[in-house]
Amino acid sequence: MKINTNSNLYTFIYASVMVILVAAGLAFTAYKLQPAQDKNVRVEKMQNILQSVGIESTVDNAEELFGKYVIKQIVVNTKGEEIKGSAFDVNLKQQFKAKDEEKQLPMYFVKLDDGSTKTIIPLTGKGLWGPIWGYLSLNDDFNTIYGAVFDHKGETPGLGAEINKDSFEDQLNGKKLFEGTELVSITAHKGGKGSALKAGDTQHGIDAISGGTITSKGLEKMLKEEWLFAYKAFLSKNLK
Amino acid sequence: MGKNMKLVTNPLNLNNPILVQILGICSALAVTVKLEPAIVMAVSVTLVVAFANVIISLLRNTIPSRIRIIVQLVVIAALVIVVDQILKAYSYTVSKQLSVFVGLIITNCILMGRLEAFALGNKPWQSFLDGVGNGGGYSLILIIVAFVRELLGSGTLTLPSVGEIQIIPQSFYDAGYQNNGLVILPPAALIIVGVIIWVQRSYTRELIDEKE
Repeated sequence: MKINTNSNLYTFIYASVMVILVAAGLAFTAYKLQPAQDKNVRVEKMQNILQSVGIESTVDNAEELFGKYVIKQIVVNTKGEEIKGSAFDVNLKQQFKAKDEEKQLPMYFVKLDDGSTKTIIPLTGKGLWGPIWGYLSLNDDFNTIYGAVFDHKGETPGLGAEINKDSFEDQLNGKKLFEGTELVSITAHKGGKGSALKAGDTQHGIDAISGGTITSKGLEKMLKEEWLFAYKAFLSKNLK
Repeated sequence: MGKNMKLVTNPLNLNNPILVQILGICSALAVTVKLEPAIVMAVSVTLVVAFANVIISLLRNTIPSRIRIIVQLVVIAALVIVVDQILKAYSYTVSKQLSVFVGLIITNCILMGRLEAFALGNKPWQSFLDGVGNGGGYSLILIIVAFVRELLGSGTLTLPSVGEIQIIPQSFYDAGYQNNGLVILPPAALIIVGVIIWVQRSYTRELIDEKE
């Protein structure tokens, strides 16, 4: 029997069967691969946290090193009080959107080989095309930046995407968050290399990326009102 | 065999999807700032177009002609999502570098073009070869464009699993050489593709239109 492939009934059945089969296939693939993907995300988070204090780890030893160096993880609220919760499992994206009084702010404390302790603050913000995020580590004066790592979802390669390069991240080393007792954080100066210096802003200024101004400004906002200022109470309380 | 061979070699030059059919320009502009994403993109597109061709070719006698475009899209989208998920699970770093580009394979005109023009009317094996050939032709141009753009735009070349290699020595920069910012922007890719088309046509008589 020759089937009329142009009849309405055939078309409907064909489309329905195809969609169901494909959906089932994709759902199965996603379900099977989920654990491996989740593990990748966790390991990457640990690697990023470690990297912000200058510890290089590989995919294989990240979990072990994380357990060794991270001595304490806490969650604070915007009043600077410690609240219940697991810092590692806090979903930053949700906290980014949450109202100030409901924000859960994770922090990590790391003890390095030389005995010094560093505080690590996870960051999240908006770039030009999508989310950007990072980790900022502070010396135990809660003021001087020890190191920073940034990453992005889909910024323009060669332009905004440069925020995850060492040459950009290293600019933050040694910068101060506070001016006196006021939290002023970091400003990205437009105009290419040396523009922060030109503006006379050696304590809080970094050079924005030429051609990546929107990403740089998004990053600056992440280090200011959009995210980091939520930690103000906690940082001010501990400022030395 | 000679005929089958032609299915693979023709799209590399005489019937190149980018240079002659002017398909797939969009991604040729988007992913060619650095060499590495261009290479991974080229491999992914070749795989997806080859297997989508085979699947559509196998189904070609059952597909209702009124919804054939939708069927093609579903096949492509499903394959792309599978590729994306596998990359995320087993090659996380590469998947991160490609970010949105893997998803963008779905919108690559070459895929729809080959499914519509070839796979719907040909046997699976020929369709597979046609997919490999067209993927190859696309890859070739993508890699040439990315090579030129990264070299002039960033002074480096980035290879998968090797990483970034500085090609232009620091002494050049010290002497006042600067990376060309225009080359990083999409219009430069269009110019480079234009130059490649020019070169190709001046060597290939068959492609030159007869004077009226």
